Amino acid sequence: MLTFLVRRMIGAVLVCLAVTFIVFLIFIVVPGGDPAQRIAGKNATAQNIINIRHSWGFDQAFYVQYWNMLKKMFSGDLVSYTSQQNVVDQIIQGMPATFSLTIGAGIIWLFFGICVGVISAVTAGRLSDRLITVLALIGISMPVFWLGIVARYYFAEGGVATIFPDGEYFPISENPAQWFWHLLLPWVVLAVLFIGFYGRVLRGNILDAINEDYVRTAKAKGLAPRRILIRHVLRTSLIPIVTLFGLDFAGVLGGGAILTETVFDLHGVGQYAAQSINNFDLPPIMGVTMYGAFFIVTFSVLVDLFYAYLDPRIRPT
Amino acid sequence: MAQPATESEFTLDTAAQLAREEGGGGREIRGRSPWYLAWRRLRRNTVALLALLVFFLIVAACLLAPVFANHVAHTGPNANHVLERVNVDGQPTPVLSQGGYLNKKTLQPCSTGGSDCKLFSSIPIGPTWFSGGGRFVLGADSNGRDVAVRLLYGGRVSLFVGVISSAICVTLAIVLALLAGYFGGWVDFIITRFFDLFFAFPAVLLGIALGSALAINGFHHFGLNIGSGSIWIPTLVISYVLIPYVGRPLRGQVLSLREKEFVEAAISQGASPLRIMYSDLLPNVASSVLVFFTLIIANNIVLEAALSFLGAGVQPPTASWGTLISDGQTLIVTRPWLSLAPGIAIVLTVLALNVFGDGLRDALDPRAKVRVEH
Repeated sequence: MLTFLVRRMIGAVLVCLAVTFIVFLIFIVVPGGDPAQRIAGKNATAQNIINIRHSWGFDQAFYVQYWNMLKKMFSGDLVSYTSQQNVVDQIIQGMPATFSLTIGAGIIWLFFGICVGVISAVTAGRLSDRLITVLALIGISMPVFWLGIVARYYFAEGGVATIFPDGEYFPISENPAQWFWHLLLPWVVLAVLFIGFYGRVLRGNILDAINEDYVRTAKAKGLAPRRILIRHVLRTSLIPIVTLFGLDFAGVLGGGAILTETVFDLHGVGQYAAQSINNFDLPPIMGVTMYGAFFIVTFSVLVDLFYAYLDPRIRPT
Repeated sequence: MAQPATESEFTLDTAAQLAREEGGGGREIRGRSPWYLAWRRLRRNTVALLALLVFFLIVAACLLAPVFANHVAHTGPNANHVLERVNVDGQPTPVLSQGGYLNKKTLQPCSTGGSDCKLFSSIPIGPTWFSGGGRFVLGADSNGRDVAVRLLYGGRVSLFVGVISSAICVTLAIVLALLAGYFGGWVDFIITRFFDLFFAFPAVLLGIALGSALAINGFHHFGLNIGSGSIWIPTLVISYVLIPYVGRPLRGQVLSLREKEFVEAAISQGASPLRIMYSDLLPNVASSVLVFFTLIIANNIVLEAALSFLGAGVQPPTASWGTLISDGQTLIVTRPWLSLAPGIAIVLTVLALNVFGDGLRDALDPRAKVRVEH
């Protein structure tokens, strides 16, 4: 168990380094303009640019630059090329919005995903199952940013019906009710895709599990159908959902909800990444990539551990 | 039907002949390939076939975009009509009308203090539907371009990017999965680490990073020369991002197939690794590949739209469904159809592909029968 953990941790660190290195290479090899020129501004002299290039270390070998950037990232003084703001501070500023969005949406999509999956599996082949399947497929087929735009148009302030306030994150510490009200629309929009997906996966898993021998045994013993469903069928069917949820949750937490954050203007980490990419601002992109990779890698280790706890057949060695 | 070579040899042909003599009805026994059986299952799935029909109708409509543009709308996808007037129900209506302080919903002039009062630079004409004689059926955008024409031309770009990128993605994923699954060892180790690495990126983040980096100067390495506005850039970026999502499950399949007796038999007959991969392993994963291909097209159309929406995909003035949604976003309250129409086009296309892909999987996977019967 301990060796498994240690090995996974080392692997996780390596993946984080490799991911940031690849991003670094993309922005060095694929030129988006000279950063020194951008820092110097439009009317800079040639000497000025050379000075900046030297003081920021752009004249050094790329691996030295990468190493320096990593060092700065962990000591917390990595600054943006364009706005000169501290990257770590900016990411920390975006985290409340991203975390609020992810946790709320995660609860919604997990709860409704499981409901949808169980209901359609229990009524498999009947009208309610078909209806749910169609709705789930439509949910999966919608681009999330389009759904966000349409939802804002129909339900948010200034649109057809003013039910919800329009966009922007409202800090929970100031007014929890406003926080909830501001985030409800983004939560639902982000959750729709996942609800459809989880519902379909769970439906398939339950229908597979129902045909297993141990379910027949449970039926033969005369257990109540509800008990069989919850204690025997759901217990195995939910295991893959746990894996999915862990990884999706980490992805969104790590800034993966770029589109939802941008459409609703939540000023989260994902939106920060999108803005930095548009400006070809390498330090924030590196920072957000490291931040995102950290969550994805950490959660994949957690998921493996939880998996072993849930399913005694798989115990890591 | 050929006669058996010798009396003692009993082949399938002999069996067929015997059966024909016995049955007397003249019914021939035909071998049925797994593909034929799958097709028979698919044929019964009306919903899936309907979805395929919808997809082909959308493709046909987009392919016929020049016909619509030249003979009905009388304009091109990038032609400006800023200063023109169109006859709507016999009334000459300006394509772009005067802006100023207007109410967001009613478009009547208003006082500057009101909450729904906003400063507009100009307002494009809304959908004329059938009263404009085919011109501006879905209205115009803020540059006075015909949205219906742009929708069809944009569909060509979106479908092209979706289909070609998933073809590239699936091809590369097959090659990697076959190499990893067949050779195992360090080849497998490197390829699976490569997959793991790309799982650790949020796909959209990687896509916009590559897409926007390449959109400035284009790509000029490894003998490839792609200009900065080319639609090959989003195509290649998207194809590359999703490789591990296909490659990983395929590698698992190849890994278990490799232990099968027929592979052992092929090895003992002296078949080369390349031959085993091509004629023994590939046909066995072909059905999964086909399902993946369909579903990845759907996925990639959405991904293209997302990248274009963020400015990292198809570059203006080329229209794609994603850029159209993004263009229409600023006018959503006054001219909602600018964003609604391309979004509906995406949903219909992707839904059709998802439904067909599901049907295909049910038809190709014999286990699906167990599920339906329950």
